[in-house]
Amino acid sequence: MLSFWQSSVGKKAAMGLTGLIVVGFVLVHMAGNLQFFVGPSKFNEYSHLLRHTLIELTWIVRLVLLAAIAVHITAAWQLTQRAKAARPVGYERRDAQVSTYASRAMRWGGVYLLVFIVYHILHFTTGTLHPAYDEAQAYGNVVIGFSSLWVSLFYLGAMALLSLHLYHGTWACLRSLGLAKPSSNPLERRIALIVAIVVPAGFSLLPLSVLLGIVR
Amino acid sequence: MNLTLRVWRQAGPAAAGAMREYRAEGISPDMSFLEMLDVVNEGLIAKGDEPIAFDHDCREGICGMCGMMINGAAHGPQRLTTACQLHMRSFSDGETITIEPWRATAFPVLKDLVVDRSAFDRIIQAGGFISAPTGSAVDGNAIPIPKLDADDAMDAAACIGCGACVAACPNASASLFTAAKISHLGSLPQGQPERSRRALAMVAQMDLESFGGCSLFGECMEACPKGISIDTINTMHRDFLFASATKRDVKEWSGGA
Amino acid sequence: MTLDAKIPSGPVAEKWEKHKFEMKLVNPANKRKYHVIVVGSGLAGASAAATMSELGYQVSCFCYQDSPRRAHSIAAQGGINAAKNYRNDGDSVWRLFYDTVKGGDFRAREANVYRLAQVSVDIIDQCVAQGVPFAREYGGLLANRSFGGAQVSRTFYARGQTGQQLLIGAYQALEKEIAAGGVKMYSRHEMVELVLVNGVARGVIVRDMVTGEIQSHAADAVVLATGGYGNVFYLSTNAKGCNVTATYRAHKKGAFFANPCYTQIHPTCIPVKGDYQSKLTLMSESLRNDGRVWVPKRKEDCAKAPGDIPEQDRDYYLERKYPSFGNLSPRDIASRAAKEACDDGRGVGPGGLGVYLDFADAIKRLGAKAIEERYGNLFEMYERITDENPYKVPMRIYPAVHYTMGGLWVDYNLQSTIPGLHVIGEANFSDHGANRLGASALMQGLADGYFILPYTIGNYLAQAKLEKVTTEHAEFVAAREAVAQRTTRLLNIKGTRTVDSFHRELGKIMWDKCGMARDRAGLEWAIKRIPELRAEFWENVNVPGSASELNQSLEKAGRVADFLEFGELMCRDALHREESCGGHFRTEYQEEGEAKRNDDAFAYVAAWEFAGEGKAPTLHKEALEFENVHLATRSYK
Repeated sequence: MLSFWQSSVGKKAAMGLTGLIVVGFVLVHMAGNLQFFVGPSKFNEYSHLLRHTLIELTWIVRLVLLAAIAVHITAAWQLTQRAKAARPVGYERRDAQVSTYASRAMRWGGVYLLVFIVYHILHFTTGTLHPAYDEAQAYGNVVIGFSSLWVSLFYLGAMALLSLHLYHGTWACLRSLGLAKPSSNPLERRIALIVAIVVPAGFSLLPLSVLLGIVR
Repeated sequence: MNLTLRVWRQAGPAAAGAMREYRAEGISPDMSFLEMLDVVNEGLIAKGDEPIAFDHDCREGICGMCGMMINGAAHGPQRLTTACQLHMRSFSDGETITIEPWRATAFPVLKDLVVDRSAFDRIIQAGGFISAPTGSAVDGNAIPIPKLDADDAMDAAACIGCGACVAACPNASASLFTAAKISHLGSLPQGQPERSRRALAMVAQMDLESFGGCSLFGECMEACPKGISIDTINTMHRDFLFASATKRDVKEWSGGA
Repeated sequence: MTLDAKIPSGPVAEKWEKHKFEMKLVNPANKRKYHVIVVGSGLAGASAAATMSELGYQVSCFCYQDSPRRAHSIAAQGGINAAKNYRNDGDSVWRLFYDTVKGGDFRAREANVYRLAQVSVDIIDQCVAQGVPFAREYGGLLANRSFGGAQVSRTFYARGQTGQQLLIGAYQALEKEIAAGGVKMYSRHEMVELVLVNGVARGVIVRDMVTGEIQSHAADAVVLATGGYGNVFYLSTNAKGCNVTATYRAHKKGAFFANPCYTQIHPTCIPVKGDYQSKLTLMSESLRNDGRVWVPKRKEDCAKAPGDIPEQDRDYYLERKYPSFGNLSPRDIASRAAKEACDDGRGVGPGGLGVYLDFADAIKRLGAKAIEERYGNLFEMYERITDENPYKVPMRIYPAVHYTMGGLWVDYNLQSTIPGLHVIGEANFSDHGANRLGASALMQGLADGYFILPYTIGNYLAQAKLEKVTTEHAEFVAAREAVAQRTTRLLNIKGTRTVDSFHRELGKIMWDKCGMARDRAGLEWAIKRIPELRAEFWENVNVPGSASELNQSLEKAGRVADFLEFGELMCRDALHREESCGGHFRTEYQEEGEAKRNDDAFAYVAAWEFAGEGKAPTLHKEALEFENVHLATRSYK
């Protein structure tokens, strides 16, 4: 197990597995969020379900996610250090040929997403950074939370980066785990593209609808 | 054609290097890139300057000895082409061409554009072979191999070990090189007995040589003069995971009398 | 000294089996006490080093490239012959033997050739076991093709990269043995001198090409697997680094050089384009399976686009002259016919040195798709180099120096005239006579390395009574000193001409006077001219840099200095052989345009002994006897 973790391939596989866990989570999270558009009572009920009725399950999910993200970040950090050490003297000129912007944005985008996650938890889960947090009024928390332009822009920026992260990550996860099918065009990614559009778009509907005044 | 070259010059492994500028005049578009460097070198020697050192041998794109970063691309702008097979018609008159050695910790510069790629040999030593001592073979047709498997093996086996994959990778990863060999041998029935051991040992050696990890940028595949697919990396990861999950210790009493 | 080829007695088919049994064996426990040096890591060198290590010997292997995987065996495209008869088309060991002796124009040693044909079948098995991805049929069995004029399909291939795949197989075996500790590999080390102690080969002097250090390595036997000397022509299909230094240094220490004038000119290469050209690129001979070779019938048409020349104005000269073999005529014949057409003023392309290789008919018959499947990579390579699309315009090809059949003389055990010095692969002379058949070079390299030398070297070691020798022995010290002096001398000339300019000039002399067609006057001129050029080299060459660094000019200078001596030897051999045979064509000796052999006077191997600086070499003859394949005029008409 130790030698597995010490290997660059082992770390990538760990990133792939933890990445897939988070992809699964964001899919469910996004789908759950869409209940926002059914109306305040439905959304508050959903919040109550997660926070009280199913609290044990919620904690299990939280712990799994926490562990997954910790592993993901540790591996990413270590692999980044490894990559830096692998080329201490850079090129005067090296042009990207086929690598996507998404792939090149993984590292700093990941850092942004980490900051975002911390903020997001303090914002909507604990309410610490929320101007008028009321645990029972999840719907209201969202409306008030997103009525700040800066907060919404920060969220939307995070969703843009999440999109990039998912576009490269969902595809790369499968390949890091050796699960991809041989392809004549291995750089092509369909599932990842769908995930990268649907998930951030679904999340973004909330701040957008508040900002545009569609939901009050 | 008249060109300006910006070339990395470094006197020796421990020396500091720098980019230097040279004029390449009267270049024919039909010259290969290396022939262009030959012409520049003849001029440098005539002027009492030291010629630019670069590795090359077969000059027909198969030995894998040549390799340099040309205008920010490994082996230059033409796809599926080594530097020796790149022709000057790919450039335009008056252009400035930047020429740098492969850059990686695992590929230290020996002089100018010449780097030490012995790390690749050591990765092969770790397990990039089938142990079949001379004389031990059965008839070549004793084990039929489905054509598609043989073709897959050949696709991966086309690797020329030039190092362009490492050079082009933002992480300086040798994953494509290592994976190509793991895929080649793993596609064949003869390669099965050592398949797991091979994956573990070659990956371990790859890490030991200070190559970076794979982020699936895809640059290696684009730079590869033989068009080896990153599907091989998928195979390497699968073999590595399978091998890690099913790893068995060598039994202590397994030795002979 | 009389040459004893040590050919075992008995019928040719039983010689090798019998000899294997009669040879002395080295006790397994003693093998690790023997140290063998292998110079060169191509098919022959890598396979020999790996196999000897598997047997238990300690091996040191040297190559000038940065990795043993780069050796020029890698460039062979077409395939490897083996008498498997998987096609049931009448092939057999005997037929491969027969074809090779006949193809070599009756200038090869029967016993060696028969053994080569015998072990050919084992090579395929060995390579398959190593994971060489030979082409397969849908049924999973090995695919074959007919190649280079053979009338049976006995050629095994891996796309157009057979040499590469076989070399990688041998390289992997070598790396396996390096990992196991049996082989110590020295990459970027060039052999610059052979060391003899009491007349026996006991080591080499090498230059570390990165640091410039001159090192001595002592051993119990030395194996040269350093390839051919085609680069004496400057332009050839050889890799830029290929050189004659190792074999020529051995020659100067007493190894006889056999048949140096036998060079193979490959008919299908991309024509020369400009005077900057650094090498010639071969297009696999397999192209001739489907391509048709032609030139215009009239000189006036040469400048026209090929498509504007109607069918009736084209001369498909190979099909016309050799109706039964046509475009698949052997290499020497196809090359010479191309030269004749161009000499006749009917060559095409810049400079008139080219003939068409046309796929229009094949594309019409089989479809572009099928042609792409067979030759796609070759067509791409052609287009990259010439910027012309061979699917639309016929290829232009011209012969180029490709392989050298001559090499150091060896006996049946692959030992040279220096005891302990063994020579394998292209570096020796033994199996191809005056002309090599297509897909036979890979076969010979691997036969020598995997299956022959590992046996015969044991026989040598078991019998040789070798004293213990270290690199402090006076002979090593003297050899090191000589190397250092020569290096200093080269660096101190500080003349005005580059090494390459001398090499080009020598190459032009060799190509003009000792190339595809040779005659007395030209050869005599060359024998006079080469020493002059050599003298100028030693007075006027400019080798920049120092001895103690990576210095590519210095490397080249050492090689060219040897070529400048060797070229003369080649011309002398060509001059003395007053007949035409295989790759050696003397214009004085022909009959209706065909090579005319003189079996009464020249059915021998010409082995040259170095007689001292500035002296003409001494000729020794090994008579060739043909007991099984009877001397006959080679006809492909």
